[in-house]
Amino acid sequence: MKLIIAVIQPEELPEIKEELLKKKIYKFTVSNALGQGKEIPIHEVYRGIAHEITLLKKVRIEIAVNDEYVDDAINAICTVANKYKDKGRGKIFVLPIEKCVRIRTGEDGAEAIG
Amino acid sequence: MTSRYIILIILIFSFTFGSEVSEEMFTINNLWILIASFLVFIMHLGFATLESGLTRSKNTVNILFKNVSIISIGILTYALCGFNLMYPGEFNGIFGFAGFGISAPEGSDGLINYASGSYSYYADFIFQAMFAATCATIVSGAVAERIKLSSFLIFSAVYVAFVYPWLGSWKWGGGWLDQMGFYDFAGSTLVHSVGGWAALVGAWILGPRIGKYTKSGIRPIMGHNMPLATIGVFLLWLGWYGFNGGSVLSADAGAVSYVFVTTTLAAAAGILGAMIISWVVSKKPDLSMVLNGSLAGLVSITAGADVISLFNSIIVGFIAGIFVFSSILFFDKLKIDDPVGAISVHLICGIWGTLAVGIFTTDYSFTTQLIGVLSYGIASVLCAFILFYIINLAMNLRVSEEEELKGLDIGEHEMESYAGFQIFTVE
Repeated sequence: MKLIIAVIQPEELPEIKEELLKKKIYKFTVSNALGQGKEIPIHEVYRGIAHEITLLKKVRIEIAVNDEYVDDAINAICTVANKYKDKGRGKIFVLPIEKCVRIRTGEDGAEAIG
Repeated sequence: MTSRYIILIILIFSFTFGSEVSEEMFTINNLWILIASFLVFIMHLGFATLESGLTRSKNTVNILFKNVSIISIGILTYALCGFNLMYPGEFNGIFGFAGFGISAPEGSDGLINYASGSYSYYADFIFQAMFAATCATIVSGAVAERIKLSSFLIFSAVYVAFVYPWLGSWKWGGGWLDQMGFYDFAGSTLVHSVGGWAALVGAWILGPRIGKYTKSGIRPIMGHNMPLATIGVFLLWLGWYGFNGGSVLSADAGAVSYVFVTTTLAAAAGILGAMIISWVVSKKPDLSMVLNGSLAGLVSITAGADVISLFNSIIVGFIAGIFVFSSILFFDKLKIDDPVGAISVHLICGIWGTLAVGIFTTDYSFTTQLIGVLSYGIASVLCAFILFYIINLAMNLRVSEEEELKGLDIGEHEMESYAGFQIFTVE
């Protein structure tokens, strides 16, 4: 069991979601995040004064999967993100999961994740 | 000192007044036209909020910017050449121009005798100028979320400076369609369809927003603020009392009140029509469709608000509500992406309203109305196409794919509309 945490650019989300579904990964959590990475900061002007925004809007996807799905999930995210060539495509972290419980039934482990 | 001038002006007024209208009526008429002008003015706030509400939060600054610019462009160009293009006086019926600038008749005498003493020259100008700006705003919603700001501004400037007033002169300026007996009370065709045709051409040339029409079907791109959209519709409705009520061109108690009633009945029936069809077809009542439905009713009654009977105004509005729903679905089938339904509301219901005058009244022939609709259609489409085409060749009409995904607020303006709020670009 692994927890995949990916921080991506918001506009990639719809396509990534589609790719994940194609690979039969149906369960994931998405949240809004602010993040600072390698990409060029956004230049903003407000009432004549310019400033740089470095903490940019990101989307964080958390996917808990059984081991055999880890590569598929990573590929799904990378194929979409790699369509764009510039810096700041985001990062993927893979963590081991100690325990996973399905609340309704009380099952745990590989059963609970799927 | 000032009071002396006022007395003098009042004296001049009372002496020079023509025999046709009493002094009191002149003041009341004139005041009503001015009130109607600021009611039409508030429609621009309605357009701004409606359009921002029905589009995504990442494009809100851009939408608002366009709406603010258009009122500026509309008023200035109308003062520069629009007014004299639209009302050239005696002309050949197809094209006339009475010179640049606004030329008030000389002296207070001329000012009052203008329009047989119904209202002053300036009241006439400001009322008509508000209309002109409305026409250009219609395009803004249909091309939203993907058109380059500079291209849009150039298009609007030329369209509202030349095309709208030139075409308007065919009817309201006393041109060939007027002589033929074509009837358009407050501009279902002259304002709404002329704007609507340009919206159609613009949306078609630009192509749909990224992600709207996918291989797996049509994906709805939701608006980000329904309360704003609703405020917009109510403001537009409020403004419509000036749009239609002011088009009586006097404060004639009977006529203005009658127009208020037909206008309101049609709007209410438009809501009902859109509600019923959206409930039946999509199984749930759709707020955005009901909002469009009330506007549909308003646009459709605009052509005949003073001649269509009360009962028929309900029919006209109700059918418009049904038309607007079907038309939004139809344009989606054609893959013409219109984020706010401007084409369906202003073009389709504008055409319907104009034809309805021929169907529901005996004084105006359906054929003449049809000729009017067609000639305005052909002329508007040609002008809009040529303009959009040239702008597209010269400077690109559409923003880059990357900018569209990030949002036009950052791309065009380097500014956010909801800084500090947590509205993210998620799907």
